[in-house]
Amino acid sequence: MLAYAGVVADDVFKALADPTRRTILDELTEKSGQTLFEICSRLSMKHQLGISRQGVSQHLAVLEAAGLVETRREGRYKFHDLNTAPLRQIAERWVVPHASGPQERTP
Amino acid sequence: MRIHLTSVFVDDQAEAEHFYTEVLGFVKKHDVPVGEKDRWLTVVSPDEADGTELLLEPAGHPAVRTYRDALVGDGIPLAQFAVDDVTAEYERLRDLGVRFTQEPLEMGPVTTAVFDDTCGNLIQIATEPQ
Repeated sequence: MLAYAGVVADDVFKALADPTRRTILDELTEKSGQTLFEICSRLSMKHQLGISRQGVSQHLAVLEAAGLVETRREGRYKFHDLNTAPLRQIAERWVVPHASGPQERTP
Repeated sequence: MRIHLTSVFVDDQAEAEHFYTEVLGFVKKHDVPVGEKDRWLTVVSPDEADGTELLLEPAGHPAVRTYRDALVGDGIPLAQFAVDDVTAEYERLRDLGVRFTQEPLEMGPVTTAVFDDTCGNLIQIATEPQ
């Protein structure tokens, strides 16, 4: 279980290490459920990022492998949704819960 | 050289005629029988009767399905039409039951949206940059 959690975290850290992938997550935070076309449009028009469609697809594949992006087929279309659950796993690894943890320092 | 005519492949020409005229609001320009069941069916903008014609072409060729399915899957539109107000047009079409794969999105000077033409294609509407 610990080893598995470690693998998951590796994928998440790798996914988050790239600024373009963080921008994709920013855009999916603004609106979940985007087609590849919309994600490409946002990156090129809003962020002036000159990335090919294949390049964006590869970034999405890394985000999907980390569980941060999920794809959903709806009829003939494919949409990309944000999933922040893997980020909570990271936070819970180091953030001590209030109830059982030590007192927070107060100035 | 001028762009006189461009085309989109449609699954069913009768349904396409309905959608492109009754729903989108284009005007039929030519409707000529071709072969057994196909028609040379074109529409134009009501604002430009002599403007560029859009040919609603039968999607009979076996390559069309593969080509369009791949594009539609990724949300890529096959044609773009200009409107004065993307949001107003989005609301009008949505209320008529048109399915959008991209809601109005403001990107700098351009606003766009993408909808399904019910004939197998995605179409983008955009405000022309001032």
